[in-house]
This record gives sequence, C-alpha cells and structure tokens, in this order.
Amino acid sequence: MDMPIPNAAIMSKRDRVIARLADLLPSEALISDEAERRAYECDALTAYRCLPLAVVLPDSTEQVAAIMKVCHEEAVPVVPRGSGTSLAGGALPTEDSIILGVARLREVMEVSYPNRTIRVQSGITNLAVTGEVEGDGFFYAPDPSSQLACAIAGNIAMNSGGAHCLKYGVTTNNLLGVTLVTMDGTVLEIGGTHLDAAGYDLLALICGSEGQLGIVTEATLRILPKPEGARPVLMGFDSNEVAGACVSDIIKAGVLPVAIEFMDRPCIRATEDFAHAGYPDCEALLIVEVEGSDAEIDEQLGLIKQIAHRHNPVELRESQSDEESKKIWLGRKSAFGAMGQIADYMCLDGTIPVSSLPYVLKRIGEMSEEFGLGVANVFHAGDGNMHPLILYDANKPGDLELCEAFGAEILKLCVEVGGCLTGEHGVGIEKRDLMNVQFAPDDLDAQMAVKDVFDPQWLLNPAKVFPLEASAARRAA
Amino acid sequence: MRPTTEADLSDMVRAASGPLRIRGGGTRNLGMPGTAEVLETTGLQGISLYEPGALTLVAAAGTPLGDVESALAAENQRLPFEPMDMRALLGTEGTPTVGGMVAANASGPRRVIVGACRDSLIGVRFVDGQGRIVKNGGRVMKNVTGYDLVKLMAGSWGTLGVLSECSFKLLPVPEVQATLVSAEMTPDAAVACMSAALGTPYEVNAAARDTAGRVCLRIEGFAEQIAHRRAALAEVLGGDWEVLEGDESAALWRSIRDVTAFAGQSGDVWRLSVAPSEAPELVAKIGGPVQMDWGGGLIWALVPDSTDLRAQVGPISGHATLIRGSEATRARLPVFQPESGPIAALSQGLRAKFDPRGVLNPGLMG
Repeated sequence: MDMPIPNAAIMSKRDRVIARLADLLPSEALISDEAERRAYECDALTAYRCLPLAVVLPDSTEQVAAIMKVCHEEAVPVVPRGSGTSLAGGALPTEDSIILGVARLREVMEVSYPNRTIRVQSGITNLAVTGEVEGDGFFYAPDPSSQLACAIAGNIAMNSGGAHCLKYGVTTNNLLGVTLVTMDGTVLEIGGTHLDAAGYDLLALICGSEGQLGIVTEATLRILPKPEGARPVLMGFDSNEVAGACVSDIIKAGVLPVAIEFMDRPCIRATEDFAHAGYPDCEALLIVEVEGSDAEIDEQLGLIKQIAHRHNPVELRESQSDEESKKIWLGRKSAFGAMGQIADYMCLDGTIPVSSLPYVLKRIGEMSEEFGLGVANVFHAGDGNMHPLILYDANKPGDLELCEAFGAEILKLCVEVGGCLTGEHGVGIEKRDLMNVQFAPDDLDAQMAVKDVFDPQWLLNPAKVFPLEASAARRAA
Repeated sequence: MRPTTEADLSDMVRAASGPLRIRGGGTRNLGMPGTAEVLETTGLQGISLYEPGALTLVAAAGTPLGDVESALAAENQRLPFEPMDMRALLGTEGTPTVGGMVAANASGPRRVIVGACRDSLIGVRFVDGQGRIVKNGGRVMKNVTGYDLVKLMAGSWGTLGVLSECSFKLLPVPEVQATLVSAEMTPDAAVACMSAALGTPYEVNAAARDTAGRVCLRIEGFAEQIAHRRAALAEVLGGDWEVLEGDESAALWRSIRDVTAFAGQSGDVWRLSVAPSEAPELVAKIGGPVQMDWGGGLIWALVPDSTDLRAQVGPISGHATLIRGSEATRARLPVFQPESGPIAALSQGLRAKFDPRGVLNPGLMG
C-alpha cells in the first residue's frame, strides 16, 4: 500500500504552521511533541502507521473554522479523526498532514421528543447518544460494533451501519442535519430538523464522504422509540446453502427481523472455545431477532421457526429469558475477540446479493486453500454484508501481504457477483486501490468532481478513497 | 427525442446544442421556465432484476411505475416510501415512471418512519450533461463504496443527469393495516397527538391531520399484532378513535398521499418541509386550508393565486416548494426555496461539474 511522498515544502514550514495554530488554540488543544503525536499515528487498521505533522483538538466550531483557515492558507492537508476506530485507515495521517480530532466536541445541544431528534457535537460516542435518551424510552438506531468508542463524526464520515440496519437503516438514513466546516473555514448549516433537503441532497454527499468534503462539528440525528421487547432465535444447519436458503425464505415470507446474523463453522468453533455460548456443532448458524410485545414476538418467531423446520435445522433454540438472549448474542458479539485469540486477522466488509451467498462462501473456502490462510465468516445475512476474517501471522514475513492479496480476491469476488467492496467500513486506504474493480473511470470522475466542488485544492484527507493514480492530477494541482 | 437505449441517451445528450427538458411520464411537471427540446425517457423500459428473497429490484428509468408495483404485488412486496401520484393534484395525464419518481424523490406518508425514496434507492445509472454514462451504488442494500451520488440524484429533478436505471430496496407488505381516526383537532393538539403516537413503540407508520382537522394514525403488521397495537395506542393517547381497516384504511392514505383534497380546487399549492414542533405556528400564519403529514413535518397548503407564501410565513427552519402555481405565480416565484451564500455556491458548483453546458432542465432548480 503506497502513500504519496510527503510534500517537502510543507515539511519545511512545520514550525511556522504550528506557531500559527498555537496562536489560535489553548496549549492542551495542540499536540506537536513526538511522543504525544504517536497516539495518532494510526487508527484501528494498525498495520499502517505514520506520524502526523501535528494534532489539533478543538472544542468549538469556531476553533475548527479558524484552524481550517490557517491550513487552507498554508495549503497543509488535514486528516479528520473521530475516535480512531476506522478499520479502513480513514484516519491514517500522512507526514505532511495535520490531524484534526473532534474528541473534545462532546456536548449534547438539544433533545426534542416532539420532533424525535437529538442535536449533538460530533465527538460524542455512538453509544452516548442512546445513553442520553434511553431513560425516556428512545434510542439511536445505527449500532456499529465499536459503538462504545466510535464517534458520531466517524459514523457520519463512513456512513456506519451495524447489526440492526435491515430494519432501521444505516447512518445516512438517520441523519437530518450537520454543521459542516469546509476546507477554507466556511461554516455551513446543511439540513436541520426537517426531513427533506431544500435543494440538492448535500447531506447525502457528506455522509459517507470519509472526511473528504468538510469537518462535521455538530449533527442532528433521528431518535426512535425503543421496541417493547426483542428476542432472538438460534438455528444451526448442516450446510451454508441451506442456511442461505432459509434466510431468503424468511424474508420472502413477509417477516422483517431486526437482525439476521450468520456464522460459519470456523467462526462457530472459535467463538465456542472462547465464549462458551453453547452453540451447536454445525456448518452454519443463524441468529434471527425480532421485536415487539411478547405476543407479537411469539407470532413472528412462530412463523420463522415454521420456515426453519422446512430446512431441517440441526438445532433450533428460541430464547426463553433475557439471560438466554444474552447468551445467544454473546458468541456473535465475541466473534472478533475470539478470532483474535487464535491469530492475527484482517476483517473484510464486502456486500453481496443474498442469493449469491452459498456460491461466495464456497469460493472463499476454495481460495482459503489456495492461499493457505484460514478464514472465518461472520456477517449480516439479511442485507448481504459479509465480514470474512482472514487469519494470518503478523510476525511471519510476507504473511500480511499474502493476507491482503487474499482479501483483495474476496472483494473482487463480491463485485463480480453484483455486490460491492465495502458495506459499512468505508474505503479509506484499505480498498482505495480496488476502486477500479467496481467503478469505471467516468464513475470515479463523477465522484471526484464532488470533492472538487467542496475542496478544490484536495487538502482534506486527500490520499484516501480514490486510487492514487486516479486522483494524482487533482492532488498535484 | 426518445432514446431506447442508454447508449442512445448518451449520444443525444452529448449532441444537444440547446436546453433539454427531461421528461418521464410528464406527470410531475412543476413548470420550467423558457423553451427547450423534450427528451423523454419512456423508451428505456423493463425490470431487469427482481429478487424477492433479497428485497431488491432494478428497473430502467422509463419503466411505468405501475409495472413495478404489479410485479411487487405479485410477491406481496412494495416500494417502502409510498410514492405520491401527482396527477390528480397537478391535473396532469400520462403514466408515472420510475425515473420521474426518483428525480422528484416522491415520498408519501410512510416516509416519516421508513424514509424517503432516496432512502430506498440503492443504485442508479445516469447520463450526465456531457453525455457520460455514470453508475453509482448498486443492487445491494449496504454499500458505502465511494461517494453517495445515488441520493444526490434523488430529488435533483433531472438537473444533474438523466437517469437510465434505478435500483431499490423493498419491503414485504404486512398482513393487515388499520387506521385510527380522531375527531377534529386544532393544529396544536394534532401535532402533540401525532408526536405522542410516533413516540410509542407501536410502530405508527403514518401520522397525518387531514383538511378536516382529523388526526389519522396508521399501523401495519400481522393480524394479532395490529389488534394489540391498536388497543395499546388508543389507551396511551386517550380520547375516542374511529378505526378504519383494510381497503377503507388504504383509500384514506391514498387520498392523503396524493393530496386529493386540493385537486381541482382553485389556488396555488405549496409544500412545506419543517420541524413538526414549528408546524402549528406556521399553519396559523398560512391561514388557509392545510393538510399535515409526517407527524406535522410536512404541510400542504392551498392559497390564493399569486400568494408569496415564503414571504407570508417569514423565515422557517425548513423550506417551501411551489408545487402547483398559476402562470402568474410561476413567473414571479421560484419553484424551489432560493438558496443563499455558500450553500447556493455548492449547488451551483455541482451543476457546473455535472452539466457544464447547462443543458439539463436549466432554470428549474436555480
């Protein structure tokens, strides 16, 4: 994975840029010392690291605007950072860039139950948003696995999803407005508490733009009333094909579960050893969760179990208590941790049409043998968002490269069957150079034209999302 | 001009020497200033993919919406966002198309819970103002690969590109529906009631106040579920509720969706998208007949010809669109809320990138 060569002119004026930033910010909001900068050298894609020029941690929109003006005048690249949990390298710095972290923007500005909205500063964590309203029976729906740590700013940048988006959608479906600071320091209000865009849907462009169009400092989010209850059912099958067919039949029957999670044998085994959730010994496992009152849940689960029985499950276990529900989810939620006990792993994030599931799993199995690397599959089956975990040994020379090559082949397979490179993690640097697999030059050019409008000099998070050679002319201009 | 393939469409746009008026079925004509050659997309037809088990459908932009709805109905599925049919309100004829619906981001009562057309739209193909064929999104419902031009195209009324193909996320049609209907309520009481209803866990998926002032709340689901929710909702909200079921309920919501109360009535029709909490005050400022939808977040207003409703209500946090206007009103007032400052510059910048020659529906959106 290449990054552009740092701009020597910027490196040489580092002291001046830092002095100008120091004029704007209290000392605790500017980090220039090497040891402290080290904490910002990577995000959750830890295989890649780079020390930034400096780190700024503003605590108001005004400070963000002032920082951006200076960086714009000095033509210094800015890399926005939420909580640094990106698995795609979205917050990876370059040597000639300033990291702008929103971690100190944590205020809740307003909660409106009549409008079912909450206005927050963007550094607040995903889970803290729900924390703010759950006492009153509401929640914020998008629930990425990192929700305890990840910031709303990062959720918006990456258009984060979660396990429950089959019913509730992803970030873009739950975002109503933002305060955005563009590269030249202009502060914009986009959207608001109303539901529709006045003109072009600029909010949709910003959500998922991976911090390349502006810095989001505040956001208005949709909150929803909590369901009366929720209950999962666990089903084991003796083949991936049968489990896949069962998912499809459930959906066709008109039930809309809030989550349908899928785990394959390697994943079941690893999590069972790690978390002892009592999962059956089988080829494929589904966790299907529905919501509502007890009677409603009974009715829906009754139908789901009926469908499952047609597929001869080796195990069919409906939760009878909160305790049991927790246990059923325990394995799924500890899947990543469990794999981490066995080996280093790379977590992929492609999406495929649900109908291609058996074929794709079969091909991944074959490729696993070709590459000589193990792979475990855990994913959101209702929406086709796969998370193959490729196991490798970081201490073995060449293994990371082999793992990345295997990962690239899996993602190409996702595109080949009609899916995409990333369902919820974002492109970042990780999938940047695969964008040509999914998009033709004109497709990429249309997207880059949007960045031209918001950030004509390509200073915001510039070396991400688009293949370096595709964006070279724009970045150099 | 009526291209029958995407390649034809691309050639025609590239060869255009003057303004083009992009048209699907012509049923959502909000009026466009000036003259232009009509480019009609109805030659691009057909459902190319429908996978009920994956809740996805892909159709060419000129496909009649009715064809899509029939195909979905056969599998007991539907477009989640309940797109409005504008023919009655605007007095237009013709057949609504998939592309026209997307270009207008047409979304009805269920929008308040399941999102707008843009939220169910998962992929597009379009031809930009230079004739380039561009694709974005795809046919899977979770996709964050690159920028989201899919939603940008929804509601851009053909000014950034001519749609050639659209992909949608679908939902199953629930077993039964029921609607609770109240006696007449003031706008204040109605918004408070709708907010309370939408804040319950009973999954009210439409909340409107009709032109007679009655609050209407819809629930959909399995039969037993609806029996439970109906009773629970009435108890939480208090008061007396008439209950409409099945076809009666469906007919009521079609009429609210299509704003038939204002069809054939003289006067201009405006559509205001606002925070529900601001709705009662706005309704008072409007003064005339209104229909509220989306729990108060959407106001339809019938006003005398040539009323400058934006000036009359003053600054609002949302926006007002002139949906049906007399020629005099149209000549005087823009259809879309004028944008200002840096937002206007961004919109202008996007137009300049996607349609540098200014041939796609010029003047319609600023």
